[in-house]
Amino acid sequence: MDLLNLQTLTDMLGTSLRLSVPLIFAALGGVLSERSGVFNIALEGKILAGAFGAALGAFLFNDPFGGLLVGILFGMLAGSILAVLGVSLGVNQIVTGIAINLFVLGITAFLSRIVFGAQANTLRLPGFKPIDLPGLSSIPVIGPVLFRQDLMVYLMIALAILVFLFLYRTPWGLAVRAVGDNPAAADTAGIPVHGVRYGCVIAAGGLAAMGGSYIVLSQVFLFSEHMSAGKGFIALAAVILGRWHPLGALAACLLFGMFDALQLRLQFNYQDVPHQFFQMLPYLISILALVGLVGKPRPPAAIGRDYRREAK
Amino acid sequence: MTEYKLLLDDISKSFGATRANDRVTLAVRPGSVHAILGENGAGKSTLMNILYGLYRPDSGRILVDGREVEIHSPRDALDAGIGMVHQHFMLVTQLSVVENIVLGMKRLGLQLNLAAHSRALEELSQSFGFDIDPWAEVGKLSVGMQQRVEILKLLYHEADILILDEPTSVLTPGEIGPFFDLLRRLRDAGRTIILITHKLDEVMAIADRVTVMQDGKVKSELSTEEADTDMLAHLMVGREVMVRVRHPNRSPGATMLRLEKISVADARGLPALDVVSIDLRAGEVLGIAGVDGNGQAELARVIAGLVPAQSGRLLLEGVDITGAGVAERLQRFGIAYVPEDRHRDGLVLDASVAQNAVLRRYRSPPFARMGFFRPAMIRDHAQRLADSYSVRMQSVDQPIRFLSGGNQQKVILARELDGEPRVLVVAQPTKGLDVGAIEFVQSEIIAQRDRGVAVLYISTELEHLLDVADRVGVLYRGHLMDVLPAEDASAERVGLLMAGVAPQRAGAA
Repeated sequence: MDLLNLQTLTDMLGTSLRLSVPLIFAALGGVLSERSGVFNIALEGKILAGAFGAALGAFLFNDPFGGLLVGILFGMLAGSILAVLGVSLGVNQIVTGIAINLFVLGITAFLSRIVFGAQANTLRLPGFKPIDLPGLSSIPVIGPVLFRQDLMVYLMIALAILVFLFLYRTPWGLAVRAVGDNPAAADTAGIPVHGVRYGCVIAAGGLAAMGGSYIVLSQVFLFSEHMSAGKGFIALAAVILGRWHPLGALAACLLFGMFDALQLRLQFNYQDVPHQFFQMLPYLISILALVGLVGKPRPPAAIGRDYRREAK
Repeated sequence: MTEYKLLLDDISKSFGATRANDRVTLAVRPGSVHAILGENGAGKSTLMNILYGLYRPDSGRILVDGREVEIHSPRDALDAGIGMVHQHFMLVTQLSVVENIVLGMKRLGLQLNLAAHSRALEELSQSFGFDIDPWAEVGKLSVGMQQRVEILKLLYHEADILILDEPTSVLTPGEIGPFFDLLRRLRDAGRTIILITHKLDEVMAIADRVTVMQDGKVKSELSTEEADTDMLAHLMVGREVMVRVRHPNRSPGATMLRLEKISVADARGLPALDVVSIDLRAGEVLGIAGVDGNGQAELARVIAGLVPAQSGRLLLEGVDITGAGVAERLQRFGIAYVPEDRHRDGLVLDASVAQNAVLRRYRSPPFARMGFFRPAMIRDHAQRLADSYSVRMQSVDQPIRFLSGGNQQKVILARELDGEPRVLVVAQPTKGLDVGAIEFVQSEIIAQRDRGVAVLYISTELEHLLDVADRVGVLYRGHLMDVLPAEDASAERVGLLMAGVAPQRAGAA
């Protein structure tokens, strides 16, 4: 194979980006929620909830925008469960997250059989079409990769920048970071700690769900059981690798997406090697990156810790 | 207009069966420094937490400028112009000074204009003679600087009632004077200051009026002009304060524990103890003074075996114990350890008194046989210890969480002293205790010394330290500045050492 061929390179980069999009949406949600001090193991479930919601919405309204809307709604619903259990009731956030993942896995499989029935695997739902940005899309390599994408990808780029600006350039973002590091100090400064965490966790649900919606509405146009396939956990690794910074997490997702694209190509080129070996690649890279590259990451100081005012 | 800036009217608050505040009324005049004096547990902090919206009172009302205000959260308090500097600072150490200060401010708009705020902040801080870099990360500032950040924060938020909870406990004696000057300037600029303290001399030095609290009630309210320290002490404690007679030990024995050029790294790998050598003799109390965070914790922990020494040796009667583990140090070498943080390091709060009493020896006979506990032996043993230390509790099966701080400390002392140790390391043993419990702890330490135990007594409370120490060493940034005999260890001299002023210059001063 030769990766240096211009067309191959364009293809590879395009695939990398497409594979990273769901990760990036989810990782942005992860950054937001974890910066406010709430572990988000539930990203996986929220992607899946979003995927199902997107399929359902697109099916009912026969329109991709309806799909996206219902997808986001379902993700926010899953986020609200985490918020109520993990923030208000102070249930262990890891356990809550695992519970949500398992719950979503079960309920989406169940509902999908009721709604789509036998046609689930032959369905072709309405989806988003690529939009050429005139001029820009004819730049070699970069053009087709970045500027011949569908609405969701442009939305993702905008959201990554927005989350960054929100966290580092607005008073609310400062409040989020303070709550994640020292909720007692934030409370003393008059910031509603639980309110901030609710906002972040529910928004994270919506963001992760957009990742799931993208898979359905831009890639496969149908819903299948457990189609999130571990993406939420890769996104979680990207949050850590990106040091809880939205742009860092984005870069980490692109890295994972690139290795995913590479393994697909390797599978194609070396068909006599069992494909499972290549499939391991992105996960192997995520482990190696976490062990080796990041040095000692500094997670938000109060992450995973319940905050109560009168608890002395 | 009213003559009172702030009026707390008939406030009551109970926690379970304890009445933390019992019909407390507090009237504070505008532009004054009003001290609230009382022992630990007198209800001062509860009252201030009610005022700051952290606790809800059971009854009573709060008036600011004559108008009744509802304070349900710190937000409400800030809106009413009330700001508080907590004893444990409420700063986000990972953020910069300016970020901490604008945190929670209203009307910040959509965009966070930190540059503009930092300029305004620099102006404000210079008007009070502070020199603070608005962009510095708060966690990297000294404790004294962090306190200034807290005060600056209140001023920037335009609070005109400032509550300061034990503000001098983090300062060296040398820093207290300038700090009081600052308070006077704030008062003269029209701010109203409430100072919570248990230190009599501070009340006399800075306050205009003082309210004395005891057992959750207001004992008395008077002007400092009509008060003196003896009178305040009497009011605060409710009985004659024991006149402490010092019994320095004139004839300590041979060296029991020797630290030879010990260095310890902190969590970040920076030196927390920097080449410290100490000779601790049998039958003496060596006091270690210093502002909190100058290596005291590491000193105690390296002797107890909880952190490894990076370099140097630890010798017990000439035997190298540098590599010995925690249990071995206690059981074989007789090194007992009363940790600084009772709740975190000294006790398992939800376990029973009995289990806590054998926490360090539960695996060995007679408390366990063939790997199984013998609950009866453990309970009997705990009961014996509790009786001889007169620990007040319902039963040895009660979770130790429900005992008072003084009784918890007694259980720890009883446990650690039970094996007749040769070395006793005590860190901040009087922290948070009332006067009675402090007397008990101090006299127990003296008794151990007289029994020939080598005692290392680490404390940030200089007056308590000077009550029992035969020699006083001072830690500053991980260095042992000097070791003075008790009679030379005046508060002034130790204070200079605590501030890092080297001995020769201290001597010349």
